[in-house]
Amino acid sequence: MISSPRMVRILQATASTLVMAGLWQIGSLFFPPFLFPPVPDIVARTLAILFSWNLLAEVLVTAARIFAGLVGAFVLGAIVALAIGRSPRIESYITPVLVFLQGIPALSWVVIAIIWFHGIEFRIFFIMVLTTLPAFTFQILDAFRSMSKELFEMTMSFRPRRWTLFKVLIVPTIVPGILTAWKVNLGNAARVVVVAELVGATGGVGYELLRQQQLFDMAGAIAWTLQLVLFVLVVQQTITAIENWALRYRPISERAI
Amino acid sequence: MTEPVIQFRDVRKVFHRANGRGDLLAVDKLTLDVAPGEIIAVLGKTGCGKSTMFNLIAGLIEPSSGTVAVSGHDPFRDFDFFRGKVGIVFQGDRLMPWRTALANVLLGLQILDAEPNKAEATARGWLARLGLSGHENDYPHALSGGMRQRVSIARAFAVEPELLLCDEPFSSLDEMTARDLRAEFVRLVRQNGKTAVFITHQIGEAMEIGDRVLVLHRPARIAFETRMSEATDAVARAQIHDKILEVLALEGTATS
Repeated sequence: MISSPRMVRILQATASTLVMAGLWQIGSLFFPPFLFPPVPDIVARTLAILFSWNLLAEVLVTAARIFAGLVGAFVLGAIVALAIGRSPRIESYITPVLVFLQGIPALSWVVIAIIWFHGIEFRIFFIMVLTTLPAFTFQILDAFRSMSKELFEMTMSFRPRRWTLFKVLIVPTIVPGILTAWKVNLGNAARVVVVAELVGATGGVGYELLRQQQLFDMAGAIAWTLQLVLFVLVVQQTITAIENWALRYRPISERAI
Repeated sequence: MTEPVIQFRDVRKVFHRANGRGDLLAVDKLTLDVAPGEIIAVLGKTGCGKSTMFNLIAGLIEPSSGTVAVSGHDPFRDFDFFRGKVGIVFQGDRLMPWRTALANVLLGLQILDAEPNKAEATARGWLARLGLSGHENDYPHALSGGMRQRVSIARAFAVEPELLLCDEPFSSLDEMTARDLRAEFVRLVRQNGKTAVFITHQIGEAMEIGDRVLVLHRPARIAFETRMSEATDAVARAQIHDKILEVLALEGTATS
């Protein structure tokens, strides 16, 4: 009997993945390879990408674009969130803009970026920042607003300077919200970056997906997709590990899984 | 004559309520002096303005009219002057959950930019005095209610404040723990020559802690005050207890 909850979760995830792979393999027996390629082919293509420096570089380019976009949106979002948190007047001007931005589809930003800018990297950075900025801002703002009034009063009773207040109270208060925002936005960013690369780039996972589509190569399309899925899973697990370290003060039952 | 540490002169505090419910007068022309080294216990029915008075002294709110002075300064406006001069023990422990017991006690010292090694030694010393040696690295969720309140007392004392403000700090604890902490608190205040304002709704606690007991009626104004030095024997104490109960009964009930 396995008692470790972590091990149970890993086994459950492995079981469901194996079932999915099994069903796909059965499907491949009834359809041509360009529709349902056999699982061993997909695995071989996936490993080929992982172990070929030239192909892996394309994945790393996409990863770098995701990180650059997320860092840009996070820094800008944090500044905007703290400004809104401090001033209701700023909030009444900025919130409608953010809500408006949130309603614009990622594909519209791709078109706008292609028309506005020449540089491919700046286009993608622009798209990534604009699509993830509202979510970062609102999540950090929520975390800021959930700050305990009681802890604020207690801290203020020692009469801290602004920077000290930020360091000892505000940062620790918003850290859980920031980590959640990163986890949520990472998935969104991975989806958006592929669209941006598909339409307006000459490298990266999105561009490779476009090539596979032109070649009618389903095994290749899935293999490139899996690279992105693996990347997101690895980063999500890294964030969860950071979260568990940063929130180690919480009882084990309240920590991230 | 010694300058009072706390001075209220005709203080009024009005809260403006939303939704057209009118204004709420919480403090009405309150005049009060607290001498250096004195412990005053403030008693009153729930909603009588005790906490508003507390917040006025702490500088967390501003009076609507009249003047509040602490050590000769306005506690609301002279923000920097009071850095490290006032220690507060709140009703709840208000510990930062992400800080260990030691780090919680260190909080005030860090805000005051104390030298780190000296600050840590001070914090450890206060934890030890409050019987928490061995729990320095425990997070609040791993401590009992009584232990957490001890940490909050250590946090208030660690900055060596001139004035201690306590807002029903033991009300959420069981009677045995509260009694032990009360005795410890009074010993520490007297030993360190602090001035203290202790808000409570328990007559026994007020009489045990205060050099002077004030009974407030709503809106906060002094309905009765007595010096505990006048209670030289059990009979006198019983008379004071009955008198306080009588004054409180004019407004409502209180716990004896």
